[in-house]
Order: sequence, then C-alpha cells, then structure tokens
Amino acid sequence: MIIKYLIEKEFKQLWRNPFILFIIIALPVLVMLVFPWATTMEIKNVNVAVVDNDRSDLSRLLTEKIASTEYFDITGVFMRSEEAMQEIEYGDADIILEIPYGFEEDILSDANSSLLIEANAVNGTKASLGSSYLEMIIVSFAEQAGVSRGALSVSAPGGIAVDSYYWFNPAMDYKIPMIPALIMLVVALITGFLPAMNIVGEKEAGTIEQINVTPVPKITFIVGKLIPYWIIGVVVLSVGMVVAWLLYGLRPEGSVLLLFGLSFVFIFGISGLGLIISNYSSTMQQAMFMIFFIIIVFILMCGIFTPISSMPEWARIISMFDPFTYFAEIMRMIYLKGSTLRDILPNVYPLIAFFVVITGWAILSYRKRG
Amino acid sequence: MYSIRAENLTKSYGGNEALRGVSFEVSPGEIFGIIGPDGAGKTSIFRILATLVVPDGGSASVLGLDVVRDYHEIRRRVGYMPGRFSLYQDLSVEENIRFFATLFGTTLEENYGMVKDIYSYLEPFRKRKAGALSGGMKQKLALSCALIHKPEVLFLDEPTTGVDPVSRKEFWTMLQRLKDQGLSILVSTPYMDEATLCDRIALIRKGVFLDTDSPSEIISKFDLPLLAVSGPHMASLLRDIRQIPQVFSCFAFGDTHHVVMRPSQDSIDAQINFLNTSLHAKGHNDLSIRPIRPNVEDCYMYLDSMEDRL
Repeated sequence: MIIKYLIEKEFKQLWRNPFILFIIIALPVLVMLVFPWATTMEIKNVNVAVVDNDRSDLSRLLTEKIASTEYFDITGVFMRSEEAMQEIEYGDADIILEIPYGFEEDILSDANSSLLIEANAVNGTKASLGSSYLEMIIVSFAEQAGVSRGALSVSAPGGIAVDSYYWFNPAMDYKIPMIPALIMLVVALITGFLPAMNIVGEKEAGTIEQINVTPVPKITFIVGKLIPYWIIGVVVLSVGMVVAWLLYGLRPEGSVLLLFGLSFVFIFGISGLGLIISNYSSTMQQAMFMIFFIIIVFILMCGIFTPISSMPEWARIISMFDPFTYFAEIMRMIYLKGSTLRDILPNVYPLIAFFVVITGWAILSYRKRG
Repeated sequence: MYSIRAENLTKSYGGNEALRGVSFEVSPGEIFGIIGPDGAGKTSIFRILATLVVPDGGSASVLGLDVVRDYHEIRRRVGYMPGRFSLYQDLSVEENIRFFATLFGTTLEENYGMVKDIYSYLEPFRKRKAGALSGGMKQKLALSCALIHKPEVLFLDEPTTGVDPVSRKEFWTMLQRLKDQGLSILVSTPYMDEATLCDRIALIRKGVFLDTDSPSEIISKFDLPLLAVSGPHMASLLRDIRQIPQVFSCFAFGDTHHVVMRPSQDSIDAQINFLNTSLHAKGHNDLSIRPIRPNVEDCYMYLDSMEDRL
C-alpha cells in the first residue's frame, strides 16, 4: 500500500513544520477560547445622557435605576437637549433619554406621559439593542413605581404585557449559537485550505514533478495528501466539542453520530474545494488570495453573524450557494435543538449536492493531464 | 531497437513554439547529449519523454513504449532528474531515498548495488535534511533517487548546472560507469565542455536540432580557418575584429577571441598576417594570433550564426 508511505511522509513533514503545527493547534484554541466572547451581540456599558426637564423625585429615581444596571452608564444629567446632543456628537453618549416636564405629576395623576429616546445609530446594533433595553427598564420601573401600566408609554403600545421565553437558549446567551458555528469554521479551515496550500506548495517547490514521474497514480497522491488533514479535522472537531462542553457547558442535544456523519460530508466537500483551488493556482500567493476571497464570502454570507432572512433578495441567493449556510444550520440544530436527521433534511440535501458538485469538478479539473 | 526514439516532436506553450520538429534516436548503452542555451527547448524534450506533458505533434517512444499511450509503464522503467532540485528539502537524505524507493515498490536495501557508488558519498550525511546539502551533494542525492528503482533509461535535465567543477567531473565519471552497466542516458547541458563526454550530441537552437552526431564528427565538419586572438585591449579588439570584412564571426572565449575567417585561397599564415596588419592599423599592438582546433562550442556558435544569416 503506497498510500501508507505517502501519509507517513506527510505526517513527518507536518511535524517538522512548526508554523503549520502551530496553526493547527492555535487556531482551534483561539477560536474556541476567544471568539465566543468577541462575537457576542450583548450590549453593555451603553452611555446614556439624561435630559431631565422634570427634576422631580421620580425622574431622579428613574435615572438611578438606569445607572444601577450593568448595561448603562449615565454620562450626565442635562438641562437642555442641545447639551445632551453635544455629548452624542462628541461620541461620549450613545443614547439620550429625555424626561418631559411634568413627568412625575402626569404619572401620579394617572395621565399619560411620553419619554423620548434618541440613539446614535452609527453603531446600529448598539443603538437598537440599547434603546430596547432602555425601554424594558423604563417599563419595569413604571411597574415598580406602582404606576398602572397604561399610564406610561415609551414606544410600545400600552396595556399589553409581552413576556418572552427564548427557546433552546433560555438565557439568550449569544455565545451558545456561536460555538457550533465556530467549530465549523475551524474544521473548514483545517480540512479544506491547509491541504490546498500543501499541494500548491509542492507545485512551487517542484517536488510534484518528481512524484509525477513515479508510477504513483495522481488520485493516490491526492488522497494521501487529504487523509492526514481529514484525521486532523476530526481531531479538531472532537477537541472543539470537548472544549465547548468543559468551558461553556455546551453538549449536542442531538445525536453525536449524526453530527460526525454530516461533518464528514462537509469535510469532503470543503477538501474538494481546496483541491479545485490548488488545481487553478501555481503559486502559494495565488492560492492564499483565492482562499482568502472564498472564506470571506462564505463567512459573511452564511448567516452565522447576521440572519439570512434579513438579507436582501440577491444576498439571499448568494447565501444559497454557500455550504457554510447549511452546515452552520445543521450544527446549530443538532447542538441546540437536538434535531434528528429528518428535521435537518432541508439542510442535508444542499450539503450533499455541494459535495457531489465540488467533488465532480475537482476530479474533472484534475483529469486534464499535460 | 532504440531506447529512445523521437519523431518530429512539436510543442508550444501559448503562442510560444518550444519545439519545432525534433527527431532523434538513442541506442541502448549510449550517452546522448542535448547541447544548447537556456530556452532552446531542452526541458520540453525531457518533459515529453518523461511523460509529464503530451506533445502537440509528432511521436516519441521510450523502450519501445509510446509516451502518450503507455506512460504508466514508462514511468516504472525510466529515471528522471529534473533541472531543478525536486526532492523534499525537509526530509533527510535517507528519508528521501527510502520514500522514492517505496513509491516504486522497492527498498534501498534491495537496489543498494545500483546506487552504491553514488550513495556512498552521501552516507556520512544520511541524517541531514536535503535542503541543507551543498549543490553537488543535492545533485548526487537526486541521481540516487532517480536510480533507486533500477531504471533502464535515465533522463538528466541539466544535471550539472550550478554545480562546482569538481562535482561536475565526479558526476560525469558516475555517468560513464552507469553507461557501462548498460543504461541509456539522455542528458542536457549548457556546458559545451561536457559535450565531448557524450557518445553523440544534438545541438539545439530555438526548438530545432542544428546537427546530430558524435562530438568528433561535429568538430570535423567545421572546415573554416579558426584563429585565437588575444591582446591588451580585449573589448575594443572584439569590436575591431568584427569590422574586418574577411572575418566571418568572432566571439569571446575566456581569455582569447575565437575568429572564424571567411573561406579564402590564402594559406593560414597569410590570413594571420593579414589579420595582424589590419588590427595594427586600428592601433592594436602586441597581439598573439594562432590557429586552433575547433571545439564543440565553436561549432555551435558557427551553426548558430549560420542560422541567423539565413
């Protein structure tokens, strides 16, 4: 079995390449340890400038209540809206809360009172999440103050209480849905793009020439290149899952077997993509840029950071051709929802289609000899 | 039967014609040299014969096997050493040779006799990474790897380029020994002095062979008077010699200029006198002019300038 020697050689070289070895170890560790915290959508330390036109006990109490949460910092209480606006312009405040004159009186006399929330939307997420947090605090403040709900209107219609329950992630922890997606990213990087770089590296060094004049069939050579990375990919996947469990207490709700099975389909597909890149590039630099381009598109279009449903039509069409879209969804569904194969079929078919198309293309582009 | 047979091979890359109809045969146990400058098409011939590329036109066979149809069988029975060092720089000497042995389904021990002469130079550095070897050692390792499966035909594409003179000499001694064992060797080189070490040579220029023959035959075909000229001001001397109408061509060869005179009825001494007088008139004194026997390089340069004038 010649392939055994090819794989043996590949591992020998891998052990002697400290940089690649470092990447293989550091990438999953960094991604699993750091990124879940960095990718959180949770908004903290929003700076609020309060314009208190009422200067009453109630308005002061409200201000204190806002300041007491970990979400908000009060940058100052101002007399006039212009001063607060200046805070926003200087970037010192993110949100202005304007309390109207007669706020306390209106509330206590059961009349309606309106507060104004203005947000700096340069950072859209911070603005929208910040103002909705602020609304929630004001509404609960009004409840605590013993004021009937109808009396206080922010922007939500009065009189209706909305209680939310976040299924599959009750604490609405942003890290939880990110982790399965991040595991996918690491696996894709290691199984798809490292072998592609490796093959192009042999082209650049000319060593592939010496292999090509041996009786070793090309397919054996290529598979011998891929197998070590498949093994590493599965190891990284397992390590990622263990880290997710130990560090974040996250275990797949669904079948681990199913998860591994579909991971193989995904890994084979991504490897094929790497092969296509290696067929079309003759230098490491070309391969690097092609990989960079593809990875950026795949990551940004796959919906792990921004929901696909809120993308415009044309962007949604692009994401339909992004294998990350389907595999990220599969990972999340198995991990968080405990979905079975039947539940995720709509995502499995496109993944298999991706695998078939890419493998076919990779083989065809390799067949051309000479 | 010939070991290698090429018939009217053509190959172009893009619009660039690398080979424009090349034909030759190599007999068993023969060292055949392809001599020519960089870019003349030497590597293209090797790549076609080593089954790495398919020719655009013409046909070629190695050991009676067609290079396109029977490429798999050819690969088993030939050894190829590319012009560029193509072994794994991050594997040791021993690991490289063992790796290539396994790719051919053999072992170093089994074919040790084949590579012993060459590998013995390398054994002290067995554990050293191939990338850390000197140029001459790299070349010996590459040759060992090309020989490890007992090939019947050896393709060596510019094996001595970038190698020191001592290693070059050793290398050619090794080739003679391999030839004595019955291997057919196709070797290319830009060094004309190595040409005489081949049994037969082909002079290649811009994808065509200018001539194919034994080195002595090629030299004997050169029938114009050839003079070596040297003097104190070599650069201006070269320019001035070229301006003399009776001179066919003149090239700098190390510390002398080789001057080919146009055919004439005059004796060689009369031509030397004529040249001396003409150059004296241009202010060149203390010249040494003497007739010399042509070497392969003179023949190449002559054929090359003939082509240019056609």
